[in-house]
Amino acid sequence: MNLVWTWLSEPSHYLGSDGILARSWQHLGYMVLTLLIAATVAIPLGLWIGHTGRGRIVVVNAVNGMRSLPTLGLLFIAVLLMGPRIPGDLAFLAPSIFVLVVLAVPPILAGTYSGVDEVDPAARDAARGMGMTSWQVLFGVELPGALPLIFSGLRSAALQVVATATIAATVSIGGLGRFLIDGLAVRDYGQMAGGALLVGVLALLLDGAFSLVQRLSVSPGLSAPEASSRNNQDSTATITT
Amino acid sequence: MTWFTGHVDEVFGLARTHLVLSMVPLLFGLLIALPLGWMARRVPRLYGPLIAGSGLLYTIPSLALFILMPLVLGTQILDPINVIVAMTIYTIALMVRTVADGLAAVPDHVTQAATSMGIGRWRRFFTVELPLAVPVIAAGLRVAAVSNVSIVSVAAIIGVAQLGSLFTDGFNRAFVDPIVVGVIACLVLAVAVDAAILLVVRLLTPWQRGGAAA
Amino acid sequence: MIVLEDVQKRFPDGTVAVGGLSLTAPDGRITVLVGPSGCGKTTSLRMINRMIEPTGGSITVNGQDVAAMNPNELRRGMGYVIQHAGLFPHRSVIDNVATVPVLLGTKKSVARRQAMELLERVGLEPALAQRYPNQLSGGQQQRVGVARALAADPPVMLMDEPFSAVDPVVREQLQDEFLRLQSELGKTIVFVTHDIDEAIKLGDQVAVLRVGGTLAQVASPADLLADPVDDFVADFLGKDRGYRGLGFQATPQLPLREEVTVPIGSSKEQALRLAAGQRWILALDDQRRPLGWVEPEHLRDEVVPTMLHRGGTVASTEGSLRNALDAALSSPSRRGVIVDAAGRFVGTVVAAEVLSAVEVARADS
Repeated sequence: MNLVWTWLSEPSHYLGSDGILARSWQHLGYMVLTLLIAATVAIPLGLWIGHTGRGRIVVVNAVNGMRSLPTLGLLFIAVLLMGPRIPGDLAFLAPSIFVLVVLAVPPILAGTYSGVDEVDPAARDAARGMGMTSWQVLFGVELPGALPLIFSGLRSAALQVVATATIAATVSIGGLGRFLIDGLAVRDYGQMAGGALLVGVLALLLDGAFSLVQRLSVSPGLSAPEASSRNNQDSTATITT
Repeated sequence: MTWFTGHVDEVFGLARTHLVLSMVPLLFGLLIALPLGWMARRVPRLYGPLIAGSGLLYTIPSLALFILMPLVLGTQILDPINVIVAMTIYTIALMVRTVADGLAAVPDHVTQAATSMGIGRWRRFFTVELPLAVPVIAAGLRVAAVSNVSIVSVAAIIGVAQLGSLFTDGFNRAFVDPIVVGVIACLVLAVAVDAAILLVVRLLTPWQRGGAAA
Repeated sequence: MIVLEDVQKRFPDGTVAVGGLSLTAPDGRITVLVGPSGCGKTTSLRMINRMIEPTGGSITVNGQDVAAMNPNELRRGMGYVIQHAGLFPHRSVIDNVATVPVLLGTKKSVARRQAMELLERVGLEPALAQRYPNQLSGGQQQRVGVARALAADPPVMLMDEPFSAVDPVVREQLQDEFLRLQSELGKTIVFVTHDIDEAIKLGDQVAVLRVGGTLAQVASPADLLADPVDDFVADFLGKDRGYRGLGFQATPQLPLREEVTVPIGSSKEQALRLAAGQRWILALDDQRRPLGWVEPEHLRDEVVPTMLHRGGTVASTEGSLRNALDAALSSPSRRGVIVDAAGRFVGTVVAAEVLSAVEVARADS
């Protein structure tokens, strides 16, 4: 405990290009970049699957299958296979981001299409019966109704990415994971555990931030006590690694 | 796959450790989550804190949790106990909610019928509520089992040997073959564990078989 | 006017939901489609606004073939109310109601103002306008559903079991208000229900469908009760058809009797004096509206509400023979209380006299 405290209370560890602050920003940067790419792919695809009901079985199985993939192995394979073809610093970063995106897509996808599924069939029927076009039903009824689960999908994805980005320090990318890996390499338990603590805190803060944003941006009509959160667990929670 | 044929024994040995490191925590985690989930269901005031608390545990990245374990347990960093306890924590984190949901899914009229026949609270829990909650609990357990198999491999980074060691070894030597074998072995293990749980559930819930009517 | 001509619906799996249905729903009237489950009543309704496309026959609305119209425009011109209301959970009540006018290009502020008026019209307090659907009771949600369907003032309303999901007391209220609303609005309504009592209560004409989607009989409720075309229709109508049929026969000039009445609040002595030996006398309020029968002998001091017999029903001179007969049968004094349109007491009638009026009416027709 003392080792950790000593490491964390040393001001010089916070500053500079490999300090705690810079590493935290880097970590968040990986997450934001990954989520942006993953959401751009997963949300439209999820809406399409939910709206049309096509391709659901394939995606459900793919999403479940992703759970059993060991991320560490995936990461190493990507770096070994893709790295040599990519010049410079990107040789490690690009394959890592690629793997992070691959891991972030399933929870967002699952959240989106199960969110659309959650929409009351009577509301959808009424929307059509009032003469809404297919697009109007999608953006006026299904998307707002799916938002709570889209958010839980993004949240699981974000946590997944933060966790995996930590591991990705083993393939020389930056972020808070560096402290864990570098500390391990030089047998500096203070640095390792200090970094681990920081990663844990970052994850908890992100989790809190997501629930706050979710509360502020989802229609109060959807956040009633009975709004089903039961599905969250099964359909969108992918596994933190 | 010439690499595999030359290292069959090694891979099987690692797979055995991998299985122990992921399944022992699954069992412990389930045993601890059962009373916690029951409590969450039983005492409405505890539901929020218990579910939120276990959810928070789940947000802690695995590598960080493995590394932090010695702080809590006073163990050495290489001690496999760290991994076992960390995986148990993840299992609890997933299962508390599932157990609570599973118990909540038992129809009220069934528990009321049991009570009206004079079945006491404990007997009712073990003979009526728990068996009826098995399908939901098992679904959660399958998720936890599969994710445990996947997460345990991360422990190779801190030097705890199991199938994940194939990843680190392969990467250090820039040799893809062992990594691919490791990934496949992990997948096979996950599928096998999943199938085993499915089988047990089938044996435990004969009333669900032939339930095409659902 | 909505005209269905030999309309058919065969689903891709080969099941025939509607097998050649011909039916006319006249302007300003309520046409009820009723039948057992599997009779294709909902399918028939949903073919009118093309939520389901027919596989044969034609449907015209005011002479226009719906198949030739843009489905979305067609639907915006028809109110549509369904069983579970189908309100949008993420929109406030008022924005739910304003949906179709906004779709049609009305400015949001204008649409909201009109929506407020509609809410009042369907019997909802203005305070509910800003609530979300999940904060309303089932009956309130259904009212919002009706208001939403009326928002663009469509000439046609399609209603699919709109009152089936609420409890019987609320259902009765909703039905009564629906009839009151319709008497003001005069929409052309096609209404689907599985409940024959609801069909008979609400319909200007009732179409009974058989399983397989064919028409068994279409007639006014009175004619349906009086003359079911076959055993299927008779069975579906259920028991007590003769008695229920009286509900559609207006009360003729019944020979009304004078009755001893006592104002509420009178003393026991006063009541005994007025009764002059009669066992039951009728208590009235200060507007001469009947409150209930009272036995002066059993009074403790004054004629108070708790001492009144509550079992008797009251019939109106505007009401049906069924009401009059029931008033007589349910009265403890065996004399049925009759009131005028304003609810003021006009006299009593005994069951035998109602029955002879029934016979007279029957002989006349």
